[in-house]
Amino acid sequence: MSVEAAELTNRKSAPDIGFGEELTGAEALLRCLILEQVEYVFGYPGGAVLPIYDSLYSSYLKHILTRHEQGAIHAADGYARATGKPGVVIATSGPGATNLVTGIATAQMDSIPLVCITGNVAQNLIGTDAFQEANITGITLPITKHNYMVRDIRDLPRIVKEAFYIATTGRPGPVLIDIPKDVSNAKAPFYYPDKVEVRGYEPTRVPTDEEVQKFLGAIHTAKKPVILAGGGVIASGADSELLAFAEKTRIPVINTFMGLGGFPGVHELALNMPGMHGSYAANQALLNADCVIGIGARFDDRITMGRTKEFAPNAKIVHIDIDPAELGKNVATMVAVAGDVKSTLIKSLPLAQECDTTDWLAQIKSWQQAHPYQYKKTDGELKPQEVIEMLYETTNGEAIVTTDVGQHQMWVAQYYKFKRTRSLVSSGGLGTMGFGFPAAIGAQLAHPDRTVISVVGDGGFQMTNQELAILKQYNIPVKVVIINNRCLGMVRQWQELFYDNRYSQIDLSCSPDFVKLAEAYGVKGMRAATPEEAQAVWKEALAHDGPVVIDFQVTAEENVYPMVAAGNTLDQMVMGDE
Amino acid sequence: MERHTIAVLVNDEPGVLTRVANLFGQRGFNIDSITVGASEEKGLSRMIITTGGDEQHLDQLIKQLSKLIDVISVTHLSKDPMVTRELALIKVNAAPSQLVELNGIVEPFRASIVDIGPSSLIIQVTGDSEKIDALLVLLEPYGVRELTRTGSIAMARSIVPAAAAV
Ligand SMILES: Cc1ncc(C[n+]2csc(CCOP(=O)(O)OP(=O)(O)O)c2C)c(N)n1
Repeated sequence: MSVEAAELTNRKSAPDIGFGEELTGAEALLRCLILEQVEYVFGYPGGAVLPIYDSLYSSYLKHILTRHEQGAIHAADGYARATGKPGVVIATSGPGATNLVTGIATAQMDSIPLVCITGNVAQNLIGTDAFQEANITGITLPITKHNYMVRDIRDLPRIVKEAFYIATTGRPGPVLIDIPKDVSNAKAPFYYPDKVEVRGYEPTRVPTDEEVQKFLGAIHTAKKPVILAGGGVIASGADSELLAFAEKTRIPVINTFMGLGGFPGVHELALNMPGMHGSYAANQALLNADCVIGIGARFDDRITMGRTKEFAPNAKIVHIDIDPAELGKNVATMVAVAGDVKSTLIKSLPLAQECDTTDWLAQIKSWQQAHPYQYKKTDGELKPQEVIEMLYETTNGEAIVTTDVGQHQMWVAQYYKFKRTRSLVSSGGLGTMGFGFPAAIGAQLAHPDRTVISVVGDGGFQMTNQELAILKQYNIPVKVVIINNRCLGMVRQWQELFYDNRYSQIDLSCSPDFVKLAEAYGVKGMRAATPEEAQAVWKEALAHDGPVVIDFQVTAEENVYPMVAAGNTLDQMVMGDE
Repeated sequence: MERHTIAVLVNDEPGVLTRVANLFGQRGFNIDSITVGASEEKGLSRMIITTGGDEQHLDQLIKQLSKLIDVISVTHLSKDPMVTRELALIKVNAAPSQLVELNGIVEPFRASIVDIGPSSLIIQVTGDSEKIDALLVLLEPYGVRELTRTGSIAMARSIVPAAAAV
């Protein structure tokens, strides 16, 4: 390590980058990350990345050492979802790299920008089944937007530049860079390209005037239009444009699960989520609409229920998406616009006209009033929905909430009315248990001043709870809310409804004492089992200046309603406890 | 089921064929044939892929292929007049005494006998798939001992007839 490099430790600002300087591959990589304005890297060392970790020792980059690579990648993903900036993760070769797989697939399904750096064995060993060798580019080929193996140190800066560009532009996604150890150790003069040229890749597309005319033409005459706003609204940063567009045209907005927060949940035009556990009003709106305007939404089967012919049966479908392959993929469209959502809305706004939706909005209001989300309160028992409502009310919809996967995830979607974009951090597409808690770590690092709540099930939390160590080590004030029903709740619900109460393998009653578990990691732990205790404990948790784990012991038998059973259509909703 | 021929211009990098083949598997597209070779530009290869499916299927396939970073362009060749060729080598059971007879079969197809052994000979034929199929029918009675066919290669015709250009 050079003296100069050592001085960079703990520097507050980025060091000057000397071009032409002789650097190792590892040093060059870290310079590239700094030039890409990376703030945090999440990772785990090992033999194949030791050159990189050695260079990190004297780098100004902040590195978070998680306790598992899956924790690292979900944290990087949470950082990316909460900011829109790419998350960066480093793992060693072989098992380190394969531990990233679930996280990469999670990011790919939800179009989250990640740059994953893996080490590999030296090139002369590749293909020999060497110690800790895994063909990670082959393994991740179907779950990355693109991946690279660096074979020559001279290509490294260009590849890193391309990786960041590809991960963050167009439809974002994870990009993996595999670096054999000999490349990390090789030396070459460092240059960083200022332009990226990826031939044949055209990520940014602004629709033409005619396309905008066609789009507006299709909706102006509609009497019962509805916007289906997806994660693309959030990814393209189009939340204020969507708000302006909906208000100007007076078209109500259904937010898909991934779109929650992209339109204020409490707005008079807001309809919450559609689909399997969607609101009655949202599903009725889709069933009765004469025009559905998909904006950055991919009509996935949790919404169409896979019955695409019966989906929105009376509506012409208009679809805007940055990814041309999404247009016409799941549903047949009348007007399809391949373009960035934000640019499309900006271009459409001045020409958009108010639609005559007075009757339609009244109809929607009556559906909302007739069947709001609801549950029965029972004396002395704590209901999971009640906990989520409490989180919403005490934070006024302003917190960043990460969830894991299961019933609690759906209750968060239903009962927490997100006001701001990038406030819900949850694995929608892949539905990855174990995601929520580490993702909260990344979100909190990105937003040290915001309240970050990690709502987890007692099942999913136990998949990655070792990252409690990180809360303590870096004093990250995440509030972990365990919705503890002592079972795999969503599985229990399906077994109750579709498998005749045959509760096979869902019993989690032998979980650790979560309060003691938290304390074992040096984190404050609390417990509540009644509504009164919940209020008191949560108040204390919010006031506590540091991480907290709260074990909310809720009734186990609660189900998520409404529900459209798999295979049914949206008009076959089961309303549950009404 | 309609058959389509598409040309995919790709970076000549390791693993690109895997990426393309994987996409077919992942998205449930079938491949009738795939051929890869050099293109007119150094560093780029051209793949010719023939596949079956309706319009919507084809549209999705082209869009998904275009998304691959290593894919430079995708052209739907079979929507316009094109030239396609396939090459086959066919080893048939035949003694040298049957040479004249076999030549009589092979010649109208502009195929040729490229190897002769004591009990078999090899016929080389180029043309579109139908032509090769037709020749195979005629050779069947002799006993086809071994057959190897390339996939199709294809190219758009230089002059597109006015009616077809629409
Ligand atoms: C990694 C992984 N394994 C299995 C599943 C299937 N799964 C979906 S929800 C669920 C139950 C989750 O239980 P818990 O974490 O306690 O949350 P709850 O449903 O009770 O809120 C399971 C097992 C999954 N989504 N992810």
